[in-house]
Amino acid sequence: MTLENLTLGYERRPVLRGLDGVVPAGELLALIGPNGGGKSTLLKALAGLLAPLTGRISRGGLKAGEIAHLPQAAEIDRSFPIRVEEFVALGALRRCGLFARFDASEEARVASALAAVGLTGSEARPLEALSGGQMQRALFARLVVEDRDVILLDEPFGAIDAATTRDLLALVARWHAEGRTVIAALHEFDIVRRAFPRALLLSGEAIFWGDSQTALSPQNLELARRRAEFAPEVRAHAL
Amino acid sequence: MLYDFLLAPFADYGFMRRALVGALALAVSGSPLGVFLVLRRMSLAGDALSHAILPGAALGYLVAGLSLPAMTIGGLAAGLIVALASGAAARFSALREDASLAAFYLVSLALGVTLVSLKGSNVDLLHVLFGSALALDDAALYLLAGVASVTLAALAVFYRALVVDTLDPIFLRRSSRLGEFTPFLFLALVVLNLVAGFHALGTLMAVGLIMLPAAAARLWTRDLPATLALAASLGALSAYVGLLLSYHSGAPAGPAIVLSAGAAYFVSLSFGRTGGVLRGIGQGRGR
Repeated sequence: MTLENLTLGYERRPVLRGLDGVVPAGELLALIGPNGGGKSTLLKALAGLLAPLTGRISRGGLKAGEIAHLPQAAEIDRSFPIRVEEFVALGALRRCGLFARFDASEEARVASALAAVGLTGSEARPLEALSGGQMQRALFARLVVEDRDVILLDEPFGAIDAATTRDLLALVARWHAEGRTVIAALHEFDIVRRAFPRALLLSGEAIFWGDSQTALSPQNLELARRRAEFAPEVRAHAL
Repeated sequence: MLYDFLLAPFADYGFMRRALVGALALAVSGSPLGVFLVLRRMSLAGDALSHAILPGAALGYLVAGLSLPAMTIGGLAAGLIVALASGAAARFSALREDASLAAFYLVSLALGVTLVSLKGSNVDLLHVLFGSALALDDAALYLLAGVASVTLAALAVFYRALVVDTLDPIFLRRSSRLGEFTPFLFLALVVLNLVAGFHALGTLMAVGLIMLPAAAARLWTRDLPATLALAASLGALSAYVGLLLSYHSGAPAGPAIVLSAGAAYFVSLSFGRTGGVLRGIGQGRGR
């Protein structure tokens, strides 16, 4: 994926300015930086949910809809009466369409996805009965069923328990080993250091893009912090 | 004796049978739509839309008097315009959606009442506002039955799209080209039912038969297909009980039907298995 002079924002007020760069296939990239620095905004633009104000994104032949996107947990209405199994099966929507029956191979996919995230046995539970961590597991299972080459994760480990984080990180590592591109917006620096070889530090613009140890150096973090302080309008637009 | 009370009104009088058929058609197609309105947190939007069709129907009335096609076309046009406009206003203005809905609905109501009063009598105004369930002619019955059939067919075909659009609209837009159109399809179905319903129950009452059984059904089960079936059944039951009530007490039919649905709602609110107040207290979790 190639980003060219990309400026992103809402209602003409830019959140992220002048981003250039290339995400090679198979990259495992963390987006880090202060709140309102543009992490979620960039993910939304990559997923095709937000049109760039200027510049362009080329997705290497993929259509925007062919990129999997894990939204922040709060963006889904969990009171909706649906069972875990049915929710995870929605990942097959693009293959089956809105009208066709889900066939046996899709059912097998759903079962193995539930096993991969440790939700076997919870198939028939209603979505609203899940804890925050279990909900995140269900969302990851849906991504497994979607089976995409590029996967975007928006704060996947916010406010969930350690065991869930460990299991889901193992899944991310598996995706990386399978050659998929994974881009995740993260707050947890220890996870970035441990599991993400490369990082893009954002604070209204790209502060650093490269290996994650350097991105997390005190100098770079200080630079990002100062950039955020001098741009209050960026903070005001934090979502 | 029991026969006299429960069945004779419908066996003896054609207008009661017609009223029952019309109200049943509206209940069976409108209540499931109501379930989706509740799930989408659009209960008030349904109310606003029901008011919005009033000026359109009134314009039809100004042009052609109490004519079914004119008022139907006027109501449909006005309902669809307001559905689109309030969606746009919410997206592009600083006001939140509920404020713009309230604005549309107050203005529509005032405009509709004014338009009808310009030409007609208070009787005509009452007809438009509260319907005339006991005076449904063939054309109105065909309209109600036709709209019910179209709605149920559309619900069956687009069920998955509606479910996903309600649960996770961004995901639907990412996964299917139909995603963008689903909300509009849904609103169009709601407007269609409101317009058909207003001949039977009036613009102000039709939405009651759509929302109340749906809200009541949500309090009994967490399973969506069961909720839809229960809502349709409660709606049908309210239609029957309401007409009986109206026949025996002389109360106007539309409000009697909505009152019956209201009774079903309050019973559910008290005793409902999933979210009833007394259940909540009994389990020590006041929800």
